[in-house]
Amino acid sequence: MQKKVFQLLVDNTSGVLSRISGLFSRRGYNIESITAGVTADPRFTRITIVASGDDEILEQIEKQVAKLVDVRDIKELKPSESVYRELVLIKVRASADTRQSIISIADIFRAKIVDVAPESLIVELTGDQSKIDAFISLLEGHEILELARTGIAGLGRGIENVTYIEA
Amino acid sequence: MNGADAIIKCLEAEGVETVFGYPGVAICPFYNSILESDIRTILIRTEQNAAHAASGVARITGKPGVCAVTSGPGATNVITGIATAFADSIPLICITGQVNSELLGSDVFQEADITGAVESFVKYSYLIKDVNEIPRVFKEAFYIANTGRKGPVLIDIPIDIQNATINKFKYPEEVKLRTYKPTVKGNAVQIKKVIKELEKAKRPIICAGGGVLLSDAQEELRRFSEEHQIPVVSTMMGIGVMPTRHPMYFGMVGNNGKAYANRAMNESDLLIMVGARVADRAVSQPDLITKGKILVHIDVDPAEIGKNAGATIPLVGDAKHIFQDFLNEEVTGNYEDWLNTLCEYRSTMEKKRTPNPDYVDPAAFITRLSEKMQDDGVYVADVGQNQIWSCGYHIVKEGQFLTSGGMGTMGYSIPAALGAKVAAPHRQVIAVCGDGSFQMSMMELATMKQHNVPVKIIVLKNNYLGMVRQYQHFTYKDHYSVVDLSGSPDLEKLAAAYDIPFLRLMNMEKVEETIDAFLQKDESMLLECIIDPMDLV
Repeated sequence: MQKKVFQLLVDNTSGVLSRISGLFSRRGYNIESITAGVTADPRFTRITIVASGDDEILEQIEKQVAKLVDVRDIKELKPSESVYRELVLIKVRASADTRQSIISIADIFRAKIVDVAPESLIVELTGDQSKIDAFISLLEGHEILELARTGIAGLGRGIENVTYIEA
Repeated sequence: MNGADAIIKCLEAEGVETVFGYPGVAICPFYNSILESDIRTILIRTEQNAAHAASGVARITGKPGVCAVTSGPGATNVITGIATAFADSIPLICITGQVNSELLGSDVFQEADITGAVESFVKYSYLIKDVNEIPRVFKEAFYIANTGRKGPVLIDIPIDIQNATINKFKYPEEVKLRTYKPTVKGNAVQIKKVIKELEKAKRPIICAGGGVLLSDAQEELRRFSEEHQIPVVSTMMGIGVMPTRHPMYFGMVGNNGKAYANRAMNESDLLIMVGARVADRAVSQPDLITKGKILVHIDVDPAEIGKNAGATIPLVGDAKHIFQDFLNEEVTGNYEDWLNTLCEYRSTMEKKRTPNPDYVDPAAFITRLSEKMQDDGVYVADVGQNQIWSCGYHIVKEGQFLTSGGMGTMGYSIPAALGAKVAAPHRQVIAVCGDGSFQMSMMELATMKQHNVPVKIIVLKNNYLGMVRQYQHFTYKDHYSVVDLSGSPDLEKLAAAYDIPFLRLMNMEKVEETIDAFLQKDESMLLECIIDPMDLV
């Protein structure tokens, strides 16, 4: 099993996300995360999918997704040639005694405290997945009340692999 | 002009001649407007068969067949027909009426989320929410259905959109699809590679699938095979690519195919797989077609290449274009020894049957029937033992062999034959089914009668769901469960009820005169052949 990150450019039609996620579920492909958002050109949506499987499955995923009528383009984002970012919000139980230690962990990771309540803090962190995993594991001594991750969004570095949209 | 009128204009612009369907309130504006058109409407007796009949049209004309049904149960009934077409890459346009667009999602009477329900069985689907979208959507739908890897496209149209006034109707001359661009032309480098390997090969073979027929490449493939003396086998969907008795043709492969065809494919050193999915029934052990040989896999759908067997030379593109390119290449190769070997296999490995003389032998009957059929006749096989006998013993001359291969949908033959006969009224069209599959579609006898579509029907009757009985015979040691067809109607009386001439063949004694009588006139007829209930394929 290995993981691959795919970058998709799709027509922004109604139901496009369900067509893509439906393909994954009916063919039994594993999807680790999927993020979607409109591009600078509102006719298109950019989707980043993290999928896992063996080589053959990953090849099939790329081909089957490419085959969907609404999909303009699918590319693998290789780790060495790409930037991945994920955002996480973590609500941690924090008393007067523990608050400072949480804040100092957050500082090390350049995370932001975005909400402070009498018994909790919400910490916001952006980074690649390993940074976020490391941050979460450092919070282990504290009680994580709620956690929301966006899944990763990614882009390739440089301009070599940009897909240009014709008018 | 309202939306419904616009839909009819779109169908006319696409050259649609016939629409199969079943009305209901939600599709009534469409059926009201179609009266002003020359498009023929055929009232099928259940919606599933509307899609099968459209499939029959598509496979004769090479253009998408069209069906139109109502919302809710009308739409859900058509799904099996759509899935059948999808599995065999048959181009269809399925129009479904839908409840008022304001009410969508509120579970009103006869509302079904049909675009959601068919998602995994269509190439694409549309739910039209603006009447002015109709021309563009239809133009795209026909284009998508009949290009690249063909398939069904569903268009769901709420009743208020059908009734809405359209500002101005203009059917687009070309499609503008930013995201859909199928590869047609084969990569020149890959083509050269294939030719190079062919020159090195000692035992080349072509395995032709249904994609060859869908791209209308049979003539190019045949010429290539003849010019270079390369033998050909086919999958079930590829039957008809070569005439059965062509010297270069070595039968159907697969677990229900000819032993000599499988042996030929497995022993080859260069296998050119074209327009075939390498699915389990055709190639049960993909290892056998990759180990120790060069596998060239040609398909218009890149996702099929490498899905079930890793190809040495993948070649994406339309079979017709690729074989035209092959024909332009010089090939020096001599495969005479190989051909002699295969001819020997073919003459010595034919399965020996020991027919029971008290009954009609389906194998001998089907061969005799097909010899007597018109050269360009259309033979439509259903699903079950009858299908396997048809594949094994039907002799294709210059005609066509239609069947539901991928999905194996029982009841396909009669409606598909009906569609084929509507599309080709001057050709002989024969549906061959079992007594199980016949009863799944016998309501269409009324359609044939009402619309004067003279399809001929043969029922191989054994009072069993024979294919399942055979499976239970082998797998469960004759522990038969729910396969006895007792209670079936007397077909002679049934034919009389529909006012269709009837013949019965009890054994092989009168086979010649019975087939002659059956084929004599271009009229509907029902021929019942009594076969041994214990016969095995």
